[in-house]
Amino acid sequence: MRGRLIFTGQLAFTLLVAAFLAVPAMLSMSAGVTVNYFRGLQSGVTLNWVYQVFDLYSEAIARSLLIASATLVVTLAVGVPAAYALSVRGGRLSRLVEEVITLPLALPGLAIALALLLTYGGFGSFRRSWLVILAGHVVFTLPFMVRSVMAVFATTDIATLDEGAASLGASPWRRFRDVIVPNARPGILAGSMMVFTLSLGEFNLTWMLHTPLTKTLPVGLADAYASMRLEIASAYTLIFFVMIIPLLLLMQLIADPEQRR
Amino acid sequence: MSGDNGHGVAVRIEACGKTFADGTRALEPTTLDITAGEAVVLLGPSGCGKTTMLRIIAGLEQPDGGGRILFNGADVSQLPIERRNVGMVFQSYALFPNMSVADNIAYGLKVRGVARKERADRVAELVQLTNIAGLERRRIGQLSGGQRQRVALARAVAIRPSVLLLDEPLTALDAALRDRLRTELNKLLRALGITTIYVTHDQAEAMEISDRIVVMRKGAIAQVGTPRDIYFAPQSRFVAEFIGAANIIEAAIADGQLQLPGGTLPTVGSAPAAAAIAMVRPEAIQLVDAGTAALTGIVDSISFTGNRQRVSIGGAATQALIVDAPNTINVKVGERVGLAVPREAVRLLPREE
Repeated sequence: MRGRLIFTGQLAFTLLVAAFLAVPAMLSMSAGVTVNYFRGLQSGVTLNWVYQVFDLYSEAIARSLLIASATLVVTLAVGVPAAYALSVRGGRLSRLVEEVITLPLALPGLAIALALLLTYGGFGSFRRSWLVILAGHVVFTLPFMVRSVMAVFATTDIATLDEGAASLGASPWRRFRDVIVPNARPGILAGSMMVFTLSLGEFNLTWMLHTPLTKTLPVGLADAYASMRLEIASAYTLIFFVMIIPLLLLMQLIADPEQRR
Repeated sequence: MSGDNGHGVAVRIEACGKTFADGTRALEPTTLDITAGEAVVLLGPSGCGKTTMLRIIAGLEQPDGGGRILFNGADVSQLPIERRNVGMVFQSYALFPNMSVADNIAYGLKVRGVARKERADRVAELVQLTNIAGLERRRIGQLSGGQRQRVALARAVAIRPSVLLLDEPLTALDAALRDRLRTELNKLLRALGITTIYVTHDQAEAMEISDRIVVMRKGAIAQVGTPRDIYFAPQSRFVAEFIGAANIIEAAIADGQLQLPGGTLPTVGSAPAAAAIAMVRPEAIQLVDAGTAALTGIVDSISFTGNRQRVSIGGAATQALIVDAPNTINVKVGERVGLAVPREAVRLLPREE
């Protein structure tokens, strides 16, 4: 009887917390399809706002997808070999490098953006292109890729696997391809998921680095809230959710069987 | 390179020392020659430098300046492990979890560009040899410890290495399996006839596997010899005590006899000394009638282990003497017994340490 009571209490509490997080999101999304938010849902349901968002911000959305993909490519190309090198080499220098890579996590995005602008602001064409945003996103997301790959390496004793492959005659590149990457897959997938979603939703850095011609999805959202009807901003949120939730589910699905094995 | 019934290469370790970045000296400059086809065991307690020596031979560590590794007289010191053609079995096996058993065994051949058909033939041959036929398609995660050990060995010899290096290959297994696999491994290594360098801290393993044992201590070689040499003629107290059980006796020598509280022990021709150190193996001491013996003592305790009984004798020497007596002898605690030791079984050791 008592156990049941405790269970009911815990369930109620969990649902309450979930509701606390979910209700605002639901409200916001429903506002995006309401004809007039101030009169509520009885004013009717419409997709007009969603169409308007596409008209106004489709470029920003496409740019965000491009930047997130490019960020993913760069962090994969840099982060996985870096994690391999750091794990295999070990020692004090490796730990130092790891700390330096992780540093951007501790700094406010604005500070990173400012540093990037101070350093590269003089290169006009670079400053004006989306590449400066890409650079910011890579700095910000790289630690997530490196850390999640290194976490897998730590549990699989990658240094010994590497030595094993080397003893059989495999060159460093061969070892990386045949042994390291396949055994790092769960970490690579988890890292990719984080990097892509973080890049897609990144605002702090991007807000500093963007130009009117290089708006991204979250910057567009802020813009919509600031200068458009609330319904348009809400429709924007809806689009954001619709884009990101399937992505999250898909990556979870890919990562899961690996972990169960 | 050599085939299955070849003998591998002769290995020379020349003045190889190893100091790690933090300043620890893992290995003093050491020189050792290993002939082609020989099985050598590096034996010692943990931290004695045996694994470091193996890793230097493998090419996983670089020796300090001046050290060289030669395979059949050719300097390989500058070659990384992947170009030394060594077969290596790791303590943790280092099998690839992303590949099947067959793919693990064939990996070295694949890297060398051996054709698929030939690889399959070699795998078939090796699973027979190592008793794991039928497991080819299994994942590494589905294997028992003993099976993993066999896969690791099959993978290491698949490439027909010049030298086979084994780093504590049986340590990860439980005791019963370890004994069984030890005998099997010994047979297999003899059949292959490759130059083998085997690291272990287990002296029983070392005795069974090796042609020669290299006993190591604190980063240096303490003694090199056949298992019999090492057991019967240790050159230091450390080796005597590390290999098998040993009674260490400290006593003065007069008239060619060790002078003990309970009598005398004969020694092989030696000058008189105020304080000598002698070693007697427990099984070399015979329990005899106390009336006629030159050395007597009192039975302190008896532990019966089935195939023999271990008797502890007090009062004979300054410390209790351990005697391995046949299990048929009838002695009682508190009884005075005589101890007979053949002269050649009392080995004098240098004073040091």
